Amino acid sequence: MNWSKYSAPLAFYPLAGRMIPWFGTVAALAIAVGLYIGLLVAPTDFQQGEAYRIIFVHVPAAWMSMFLYVVMAVWAAVGLGLNARLSFMMTQAIAPTGAMFTFLALLTGAMWGKPTWGAWWVWDARLTSELILLFQYAGVMLLRTSIDDQRRADRASGVCALVGVVNIPIIYFSVQWWNTLHQGASVSMTAAPKMATIMLTGMLLMTFGFWMYSLAVILSRARCVILERESLQLWSKPSSVPEVAGVR
Amino acid sequence: MSQPGLWETLRGIIWRDLLLAIRRRSDVAISVLFLVIVASLFPLGVGPEPAVLRTIAAGVLWVAALLACLLSLGRVFTADYLDGVLEQMLLIAQPLPVLVAGKVFAHWVVSGLPVVLLSPLLGLQFGLEGEALGMLVLSLLLGTPTLSMIGSIGAALVLGVRGSGLLVALLVLPLYVPVLIFGAGAVTSSMAGIGGEANLSLLGACLVLSVFFAPWATASALRIALE
Repeated sequence: MNWSKYSAPLAFYPLAGRMIPWFGTVAALAIAVGLYIGLLVAPTDFQQGEAYRIIFVHVPAAWMSMFLYVVMAVWAAVGLGLNARLSFMMTQAIAPTGAMFTFLALLTGAMWGKPTWGAWWVWDARLTSELILLFQYAGVMLLRTSIDDQRRADRASGVCALVGVVNIPIIYFSVQWWNTLHQGASVSMTAAPKMATIMLTGMLLMTFGFWMYSLAVILSRARCVILERESLQLWSKPSSVPEVAGVR
Repeated sequence: MSQPGLWETLRGIIWRDLLLAIRRRSDVAISVLFLVIVASLFPLGVGPEPAVLRTIAAGVLWVAALLACLLSLGRVFTADYLDGVLEQMLLIAQPLPVLVAGKVFAHWVVSGLPVVLLSPLLGLQFGLEGEALGMLVLSLLLGTPTLSMIGSIGAALVLGVRGSGLLVALLVLPLYVPVLIFGAGAVTSSMAGIGGEANLSLLGACLVLSVFFAPWATASALRIALE
């Protein structure tokens, strides 16, 4: 099967439409089960009490905020390197979702910090670098909207996204490099997790759910971007309008 | 006629930018005056308590230096972009990142170096003395070139874009944060008696990384702006 044909936006449009319901359903199921485990099944933490349960949203959101930035930067690099329009459309589609998860991570972190640390916000390295990530998402999005020429907007915001990647390792390693109030990682690829299995299951399910949610939302946003940008091409071939718009 | 070599071209670009800056002295004076005025606003706003001023000195002076650098970023490429010199620069048969590095160096001499030279005076106003004052000058000397390097990426990205002055602040300030933390941290830790060498090393690392990567990113941003 020739996958490269889907790098054409008009071929990608119906494919994305077919995938969205699947990703959406899986996301809803995983988030529902994850929340059930996190809020009802998982035992109460002996140190932090019930307040710890917000990590079932906080940690997956923080992971997704970093992961989506890297994915966005990779699409930007592919777009700059191969000069592919669809890559830049994906970059544009990912940014708002990434910014949303960054904001969610900061918000839930503040809600957790108040009962646990006694403060909504502290200026430690992890929190500050995550806040900077939010500014970077905003910068990438605003740079794109400020430039009228589509091609230049794509490429300039792509370079901007790539430059900002330096912040991702800083966020990730901030709890090791600096002596922060934010606790170190409880889950790692190399060592056994420092939490109960049922808690870990809930958190991983939530992460999976957020991931699938991101795919569904990003693909449907990409479809909107395609419709918006390819409108001229669509209008020049009127027969394709109902065909493209009709396919789910 | 033989082509000028890389070093000759680089020297020519630096010399030209410095000459232009000398002939338009008021531009340089504005950003230096801006720094002095911003730094003097804080004692008026916070109150003239010497102990308080000494604790906030490093942060305030570093933020003021950062803003002064930000204010002068528009001058790196805009004039050359408007009169077409930049387009000719892109056609020179020498690697563009090197030429960009030359322009950024000239920009640092014009806008960063005056900040470094003026900082002991401002530090005295805030009651810094001895080792902390020396640390402030050293940290600014290592940090301001990094600010110019990172800033040039933003300046190139927003070239000719509407509302570019505010946009460049949004793009560049988040990237300035590490430099601000290490720079102000060097002064604060030397005041606390633990010595600022660790922070100075980190500032040096930032400088090396930015000198290596920033001209490259700036050059590709310039190509995008002018294609």
